[in-house]
Amino acid sequence: MSKIHVSTTVNGDSVEFLADPRETLLDCLRDHLGLTGTKEGCGTGDCGACSVTLDGTLVCSCLVLGIEAEGREIGTVEGMAEGHELHPLQRKFIEHAALQCGFCTPGFLVAAKALLDKNPDPTETEVRYWLAGNLCRCTGYDKIVRAVMDAAAEMRQEAV
Amino acid sequence: MRYHAAKSFEEAAAIAEKAEGVTRFMAGGTDVLVQMRAGIVTPDDLIDLKHIAGVNDITRLEDGSWEIGVAVAGARLGAHEALCADWPGVVEGMELVGSTQVQGRATLTGNLCNGSPAADGVPGLVAAGAVAKIVGPSGSREVPIEEIPAGPGTTTLAKGEVIAAVRLPARGAGGGDAYQRFIPRTEMDIAVAGCAINLRVEGDTVTEARVAIGAVAPTIRLVKDAADAIIGSTLDDAALEALAAAVSAAASPISDKRGTTEFRTEVVGVLARRVALVAYARAKGEKA
Repeated sequence: MSKIHVSTTVNGDSVEFLADPRETLLDCLRDHLGLTGTKEGCGTGDCGACSVTLDGTLVCSCLVLGIEAEGREIGTVEGMAEGHELHPLQRKFIEHAALQCGFCTPGFLVAAKALLDKNPDPTETEVRYWLAGNLCRCTGYDKIVRAVMDAAAEMRQEAV
Repeated sequence: MRYHAAKSFEEAAAIAEKAEGVTRFMAGGTDVLVQMRAGIVTPDDLIDLKHIAGVNDITRLEDGSWEIGVAVAGARLGAHEALCADWPGVVEGMELVGSTQVQGRATLTGNLCNGSPAADGVPGLVAAGAVAKIVGPSGSREVPIEEIPAGPGTTTLAKGEVIAAVRLPARGAGGGDAYQRFIPRTEMDIAVAGCAINLRVEGDTVTEARVAIGAVAPTIRLVKDAADAIIGSTLDDAALEALAAAVSAAASPISDKRGTTEFRTEVVGVLARRVALVAYARAKGEKA
């Protein structure tokens, strides 16, 4: 089966890869571009571990074909930190111990960032509904929600 | 698998008509990719509709009716203030489908063509009196939404036919619609029963109504007896009682671990009463 050439932008960098048309964007990020921060949990859009942004919209990369990335802008967890400077969400996840095994964490970070980009001052209810498509089997969610609320407050410069 | 980025619906229909193996059209892909992954469907030809001009548009036509492109994702419907003002029930149904991530991709037309009896996006369309614009090998036709589902996972679309847009009628004065479903959780679940009602009032009296039920029959059903039960009423207790009875009588649900036949039959009637009151309040310009 012939592969298809894809040119796209990931975290601001122009990249190219050859994709089998059946491969998902998740497969392409991990296997062709070596960006393994994005995780495969269920592969069926239920768990959110593979969350990325596609032209700024939060999506499950397991539900997007790699060839659909042509000419689009992808954002992954690798694009969140500025060099060695962690994004406030990443810092707050560590401070609040909002992770144990860490497998769901990149998806939560990307999803939470998409929320705060859209709504810098969400209520706890809004955070919980927005993140309902991200599953975590370790934390019980409470620490994650607190970390997101705290990061949002810091980003609004209202330290709690 | 051959991937086709069709540039027009005529091209998409022609590819599907000539195809000899398994064919799938793809809009948001949130059902097709899951089926591919699970091995339920292995398409020989996958026809992507997102490169066709206009598929991402939400357009209000001159007569006040709406045309919704087949690639418009749920999140975009919810962000469209004028559409939400005209057809809040249609939008709130679609917004119940999946997670934030799924809302970034999933479409009304895809929800319809996936053929699930529990599709949350579809009862609102049926109640609204929406039509599907279909392009096929023998030309175009328009079909009421309720005639599209044929049974679980199947539609009445012929080989080579593809839905090119969904059209919602002009809202007009005194109209309101609503959708609610029952699920045992608060989010991220599939309807155990669902009901959409669209009605029009003159003063306090209901003059027109359409009632659609979901997840309680092999297809989403339009229930004329239920509409007749409230037309001419002021939605008093007797009318609501008759509405619930007509809706429950039209239900023929399965029993499974998520809800028994008896439970679904009862609950769809309860939902109808609640949804009617929300639609009625909206029709009278009250907040609901």
